[in-house]
Amino acid sequence: MVDRRLLTIYWRDMLRFVRFKGLLVSSLVQPALWLAFFGIAMSSNFDMIGSQVPPVPGIPSVGYLTFMCAGVISMTTLFTSLFGGMSLLFDKNWGLLREVMAAPMSRANIVLGTGLSGITKSIIQASIILAFGLLLGVEFFAGYTPVQVVVAVAGIMGFVAVFALGFIFLSAAIAITMESPEGMQGIMTLLTMPIFFASNALYPAQAFPPVLQAAAAVNPLTHMVVGIRYFAIGPSFQAIGQTFTYTAGDLALSFGVLCAFAAVTFLFALRQIRRARVT
Amino acid sequence: MADEVIRVDGLSHRFDELVAVDGVSFSVSAGEVFSFLGPNGAGKSTVINVLTTLLPMQDGEVVIAGRDLRTDPLGVREAIGIVFQEVTLDRDMTVGETLEFHGRLYGLPREERRARTDELVALVELEAKRDTLIKHLSGGMKRRLEIARGLMTRPTVLFLDEPTIGLDPQTRARMWEYLRQVNREGTTIFLTTHYMDEADQLSNRIAIIDYGRIVAEGRPYELKNALGQDLVYLETAENGRARAVLGAMPFVGRIRDKDGGFLVMVTDDGTRVLPGMLDALRDAGVVVTGINMKKPSMDDVFIHHTGRALRDEGTESAAATLSRAGRR
Repeated sequence: MVDRRLLTIYWRDMLRFVRFKGLLVSSLVQPALWLAFFGIAMSSNFDMIGSQVPPVPGIPSVGYLTFMCAGVISMTTLFTSLFGGMSLLFDKNWGLLREVMAAPMSRANIVLGTGLSGITKSIIQASIILAFGLLLGVEFFAGYTPVQVVVAVAGIMGFVAVFALGFIFLSAAIAITMESPEGMQGIMTLLTMPIFFASNALYPAQAFPPVLQAAAAVNPLTHMVVGIRYFAIGPSFQAIGQTFTYTAGDLALSFGVLCAFAAVTFLFALRQIRRARVT
Repeated sequence: MADEVIRVDGLSHRFDELVAVDGVSFSVSAGEVFSFLGPNGAGKSTVINVLTTLLPMQDGEVVIAGRDLRTDPLGVREAIGIVFQEVTLDRDMTVGETLEFHGRLYGLPREERRARTDELVALVELEAKRDTLIKHLSGGMKRRLEIARGLMTRPTVLFLDEPTIGLDPQTRARMWEYLRQVNREGTTIFLTTHYMDEADQLSNRIAIIDYGRIVAEGRPYELKNALGQDLVYLETAENGRARAVLGAMPFVGRIRDKDGGFLVMVTDDGTRVLPGMLDALRDAGVVVTGINMKKPSMDDVFIHHTGRALRDEGTESAAATLSRAGRR
């Protein structure tokens, strides 16, 4: 059974997270750089194209930087979580995993403790990108009351948490069966490409060919982005010459998809870690 | 036996086609130091990995501290301490954090974790290193920390898989001291080793394992005495005829080739029977060119039971270290 010893796993993960200052800083600076360089460069182009389409009256209009900021938050969470399981692989080869596996407790503690530390890291990163984005002029929470801002941030962090869990579990499940970090790196790179580009993170998915559209529709990243945009920009807005509308139903569906994804990957990770032989 | 701490019956383990452990049975009593002695690849680590639940049970029955390994592996884990063969530490944690982490994983209350940590860092003389990161510790210190960690929960049995592998001779000797002290305080110890002297010096009982089977078991002196009282090494001008002459004598046990001569196991006191042996050879006209006599060692016991030498890598590496030092 799961018990509070998942917090022991969590405590040790966080100990390492704050101890490696270089990793900590680079993991926080890298998404900020994405936003600063890619975001600003692309928005100067996209906003030019968008401005040729006459805006639909009555629907708030946002710039490309605002549109893609949700994508950058999602992408950062994706990368951090996918590589988050790598610590299990290092632990298996050079660290404490043998000790953890020999302890008299449920394997679920290991999976959930790792998941919890993944959530913490992702929420810290997301907060920093959010703050940095607002500094750069991202028009999130435009016209919100303070209470609405609090609700919106809580909603965003809820999506970040569930989304991070799904990918940290997937990453843990893969890491525990891998032998080398190089192999793991290869698989992760292979996974991130389609997940990242077959989504609505950087551009709208409406104009994709049908196959890609179908892929985007089941892609957790798409649902993550929907959640963030709903809370940060609003249920209805226009950007890059297109109108986006997310109903409460869309929001619930997206959250449901992410929860289901996390549940499935949790069971996958638990199964893989129960089968793993670390001697 | 009522005070039996480990009982193993017919334990077998295979990896695909390879039979690593083949019907091993033994038992260990409370307070004993019990060693598994054998060459690399004999199946020692597989046995210890099954007993410590790192590998699943396949065939056989195992009861440790009154808990059945098959039905209650978590119970077994609670009752044992483990020092793994390979260093199992996080380089970026401190000595104190490592023990704290272990105590929490095993569900020790906070007060007890603190108290045990204080006691154990004192036992293994790491008080001054409590807040030092593990990457700054020497190999011997890491091993000591791992022993301390294994004792954190006051286990009924402490399992050690090759506890002194890769350590220099002085550090090994100190490690033995710690283990003797731990044992004096009541912890049963099960260890695997391929060092003859380690098994001989440290254990109450030894099981010699080769190709997955136990080939001999007993107290160190029993195992050595079973080979006879003394071993006489002889070199003669006609080894074949000499062996025939000696083989007919009543106190002569097995004879086997060694280097340029042969080794005779005698069942009586060698000091008394050696003159008679030499007389018999002279009467038969065999010229003796070399002679030596010694008590049987664990090495001889191993060769006797397996028919081949177990290279004592400890002595070898010590010799290599000396020769390197000499060259400098």
